[in-house]
Amino acid sequence: MWGDWHQLWHIVSVPDNVPIVALLFLVPFYTWYGFREAFAHDRLIGQLEADPQMAKTHHRKPYPYKTGWDKEVHVWPYLMRIEFLAAIILTVILMFWSITLNAPLEEPANPSLTMNPSKAPWYFLGLQEMLVYFDPWIAGVVMPSLIIVGLMAIPYIDANPLGNGYYTYKQRRFSIWAFLIGFLALWCVMIVVGTFIRGPGWQWFWPTQTWDHNRLEFAVNRNLHEIFGIQNRWIAAAFGGAVVGLYFVVAGYLMHRLCMLTEFSRKIYQRMTLLQIVTLHTLLILMLSLPAKMAVRLLFRIKYVLVTPWFNI
Amino acid sequence: MPEENGSGAGKRAGLLDTVKETVKQDLAGLKGVLAEKGKEELEALKEPEKTQLFRSIFRVKRDDTPRSRALSVLTNVFFHLHPAKINRDAVRYSYTWGMGGMSFYLFLVLTITGLLLMYYYHPTKAQAYRDILYLHHDVPFGQLLRNMHRWGAHLMIIAVWLHMLRVFLTGSYKRPREFNWCVGVILMVLTMLLSFTGYLLPDDQLGFWAVTVGTNMARATPLLGHEGPFGAQLGMTAFNDVRFALLGGSIVDANALLRAYIWHCIAIPLIASVFMGVHFWRVRKDGGISGPAPVMLESELKEEKKGPRPVILRPSGTR
Repeated sequence: MWGDWHQLWHIVSVPDNVPIVALLFLVPFYTWYGFREAFAHDRLIGQLEADPQMAKTHHRKPYPYKTGWDKEVHVWPYLMRIEFLAAIILTVILMFWSITLNAPLEEPANPSLTMNPSKAPWYFLGLQEMLVYFDPWIAGVVMPSLIIVGLMAIPYIDANPLGNGYYTYKQRRFSIWAFLIGFLALWCVMIVVGTFIRGPGWQWFWPTQTWDHNRLEFAVNRNLHEIFGIQNRWIAAAFGGAVVGLYFVVAGYLMHRLCMLTEFSRKIYQRMTLLQIVTLHTLLILMLSLPAKMAVRLLFRIKYVLVTPWFNI
Repeated sequence: MPEENGSGAGKRAGLLDTVKETVKQDLAGLKGVLAEKGKEELEALKEPEKTQLFRSIFRVKRDDTPRSRALSVLTNVFFHLHPAKINRDAVRYSYTWGMGGMSFYLFLVLTITGLLLMYYYHPTKAQAYRDILYLHHDVPFGQLLRNMHRWGAHLMIIAVWLHMLRVFLTGSYKRPREFNWCVGVILMVLTMLLSFTGYLLPDDQLGFWAVTVGTNMARATPLLGHEGPFGAQLGMTAFNDVRFALLGGSIVDANALLRAYIWHCIAIPLIASVFMGVHFWRVRKDGGISGPAPVMLESELKEEKKGPRPVILRPSGTR
């Protein structure tokens, strides 16, 4: 049933979902705020590049500055008053939130009464949502590990020395796109989907659609090799392995083309060592395997691409 | 006899007189001195910062000279995390969004509220849930305390994520701050683990099933989980795999509650504190916060220098 605003309110007003409602506003706001600064810097960079004389004398920040002004300010009071103010404001917000809204407490834990839907804490809902598309060993173990390793690898594979310590979009297009696809499009959107869209049985319920606990979904998901009529499981495994390998080759090649797209990115690409290039490509290909598998599942109803006796992908 | 008596009485009277006289003199002397001393004391009250007590605590003059301003930061154990001076544009909200500092402040709030909650909480199946009810209904401000702890935790996760977003967008992870970015990633993971381990503690349906869903994934760990790839081949069962180690059993039960409690209240906060110490220390040692730095142009790109990089001796953020 559509137009069930009560259902929507029921989801939005669950106390533990309030942070995600906040996230819906905070993440876009701060992304916009960062980009506003980035574009201000990009305009300045454009001016300085057009006018070498100006580049020699300009203080190179989009903020007001006059010769003779101090380049530094005292921490006491100029920084510390901001910190104290921030602490006070934050305390007021936290107090207000805590007085108006109670922390959730359900019935006592009962292993024989399964909650439906039973959801992980909201910050892990991205991983739980991934369970729809991947087996638990990928969604719950490999992907989180790759996220941590991938994040830690960023400084060592980003060979672009520009944009160090100031907002810019123009000078770091590739890395900003890569990060925002991961953080916004995959991590945050998946959390929002897991919170607001997924209902009983982890089925897809659009906002204002009533959560129907008896709804059944007749999804016929097949494995890739079954579509091609392969019966023997060893041949199927080899076939699936070949497809996964093909994905890596094709995605790797496309990534390579992407890195060669502009003259600037070619220049940065030249500076990278072989290890940096291989790591960068591997991590990005693995990250993009999530939307790739989602597309394969949603468009072609394919459950597994690679089926082996020990694990499936 | 009377004479003797008289002389005796005279003697006594003489002693009494002497004492009287002395006391009189002393009192007369005191009158002047007391008034003087009392006046001094009153005068001193007008300027408490000149008293010995005050000077023993705060050793720096409170005035607007640059020296005093710098010293008031450097001589205070709580403030000396800061440099004395910073980049004039670094105080702009649009640069840092204040997210790192807010994360740390929320950690402190969570430590204090968490400590207070520990006074009322037993990590046992019999009592955990009742303790929460007790907090809600009987402990003065108990509900408020629990709310602050819960919402503070959610806020901290959001603050940490936004901090990471800002550090990425400003390119602050670049040379020479690569290592501190890695420490930050670990701190972010620890923040989420802190929140996750706390989720089970009320011992209600919400926490129980969230932790069940979460730890069920550990079953599927490759090699180390009994349902993971090659787990069975390596002899993993539900009673010896990595999930068993996390829960102290094959189901989420009393042992899991105790383990979650110890991870949540002791182990992870300790580990996180160590990493936070390193994180803050490295912010200073890597040259203060990264900017806002002057923009660099594409035409100014130089060949990458190999070899060790110089230690920054003046960590105030200016180059």
